[in-house]
Amino acid sequence: MLSYIIRRVLYMIPVLLGVALLVFMLFNTVGEDPVRVALGQHATAESIADLRAKWGLDKPLPIQFLEFLRQIVTFDYGRSFNSNEKLSDMFAAGAPVSLMLTVPPFVFGLILNVSLGLLIAYFRGSWLDRISTLLFIMAMSVSYLVYIIFCQYLFAYRLGWYPILGWEPGFAGLRYVLLPWLIIMLVTVGPDVRLYRTLFLDETSADYVRTARAKGVGELRMLFSHVLKNAMIPLVTYTMVSVPALILGAFLMERYFGLPGIGDLMITAVSSGDFPVLKGLTMVLALIYSGMALLTDIVYAWVDPRVSLR
Amino acid sequence: MTGMSEQRSDQRPRETLFRRATRQLLRRKLVVASMIVLGTYVLIAALGLLDLLPDYQERVGGPYQPPSLSWPLLFGTDIFGRSVVYKILAGTKTAMMIGFLVPAIAVPLGVVLGALAGYYGGVIDAIVTWLFSVIASIPYILIVIAISFVLGKGMFAICVAMGSVVWITLCRMVRGEFIKHRAREYVLASKLAGARDMRLIFVHIAPNVLHLAIISGSLEVLGAIKSEVILTYLGVGIQDGASWGTMISDAAGELVQSIWWPLAGVVLAMFFVIYALNVVGDALRDALDPKLLE
Repeated sequence: MLSYIIRRVLYMIPVLLGVALLVFMLFNTVGEDPVRVALGQHATAESIADLRAKWGLDKPLPIQFLEFLRQIVTFDYGRSFNSNEKLSDMFAAGAPVSLMLTVPPFVFGLILNVSLGLLIAYFRGSWLDRISTLLFIMAMSVSYLVYIIFCQYLFAYRLGWYPILGWEPGFAGLRYVLLPWLIIMLVTVGPDVRLYRTLFLDETSADYVRTARAKGVGELRMLFSHVLKNAMIPLVTYTMVSVPALILGAFLMERYFGLPGIGDLMITAVSSGDFPVLKGLTMVLALIYSGMALLTDIVYAWVDPRVSLR
Repeated sequence: MTGMSEQRSDQRPRETLFRRATRQLLRRKLVVASMIVLGTYVLIAALGLLDLLPDYQERVGGPYQPPSLSWPLLFGTDIFGRSVVYKILAGTKTAMMIGFLVPAIAVPLGVVLGALAGYYGGVIDAIVTWLFSVIASIPYILIVIAISFVLGKGMFAICVAMGSVVWITLCRMVRGEFIKHRAREYVLASKLAGARDMRLIFVHIAPNVLHLAIISGSLEVLGAIKSEVILTYLGVGIQDGASWGTMISDAAGELVQSIWWPLAGVVLAMFFVIYALNVVGDALRDALDPKLLE
């Protein structure tokens, strides 16, 4: 087990190097010149040369890449073009907001959607199953953006149940995220319940279910104690995979509801060509993503004895 | 488990997977209706490519005229007095082109790379695995934005960006299948009979993963159309020309003035095509997945 973990951790190194190389290539060699973006159209030749030297862009590419690797290791991505803030500070300020926006609906949604999935799996083939499938597909056929725009208009602007947008630090911020929570849960219920239903139904054709049935276990007990436990492995995998996305936050939500999280940071950086922020953000998130993938694999190997540790 | 189903399929009267799937699909009314809907959208896109759609830039009335019972005014007009219906039709062309281009890039990439990695193993496998691990480590929306940004935004840019990211799912599945198949008797037999590697990969093994390519391709169409809306909102998508994304982004400001028709029109247009794609995609999976065949 230990050697498996070590091997798995070591494999992260080439992958992260690859991410660094990809990000570097995208922003330093192929893309628009960041100096021109930063200085605008009316820059003089000297000011361009000055800034180029200041950012180290006049050096040969391999040296620039080594410099980028140094930034990654020391978590020092320099300053934003726009606000001149340090990226580490911006990240530290944005992360709690994003997590506050996404973690609660994630937890509630998981409980709710797994229960609904079990319920629908229990009534498989019935009218409840058919109607819910129809409704879920219908709900999935409307763009995420439309949910945000419509709910914000109806519940916040028209009915005034929630503030339209805004943010305050601490617990006072809670009232600003309530409506976004509801929208996130509304949007995820369709795809999630359908997924869980399939997971549970895959299990019901297994041999252990037949055995349990043969010895007289009731259908309800079967679902909740036998099927749920066995479906835990794919369930945990799917859940763990979606955890890193929580840090990026529901970026559209942050945009529409004026929440200063990581997703908002990203969109602002995109729209203003803020390369240091985009580069740093991509690397940090890639680090978190692969860390989470590592954890998933370890948990997976630990929970499921069938996973071979080659 | 697999051994058992293989035996069973040997005893079944000969009917190819695809003929059987077609028969299954045509039996279900909802699926046939969805295919007709998809056909209509494709037809609209084709008319758009031939420049036969009405010009959406043309003014057909005053600004923000509410819907009325004539074809161009069915969903009223926008801020410049342009017909919402015409804009939706033009947006349909954009959406369908994106829905075609993304899988056209991603499916061949996924199949070829997955096939080579799974069949040869060794260094090739290590490189392909590394490549998709790298792409999978970056959040989807961020890498798509980054690539579109670098390619200079616009429809072509987002198609290439999405195409060069979404192939990894299919590649992973195809690779797994090829690893399973390369040791099977039929492959060994044709190898002994002197078949070359390329022939083995593309003529003998590839038909066994065709269903994965079709299912994954149909999901990519869906994903691409939905992503276009969001990428356009974020400013890296469609820059000029009509798109559903631009129309939806504009709707937030319009709703506040009680102008609901542009949003209603575009939501309906998107609803039917996504719904149809969902239904057809599900039906394809049910009909083609050998695991589900009983």
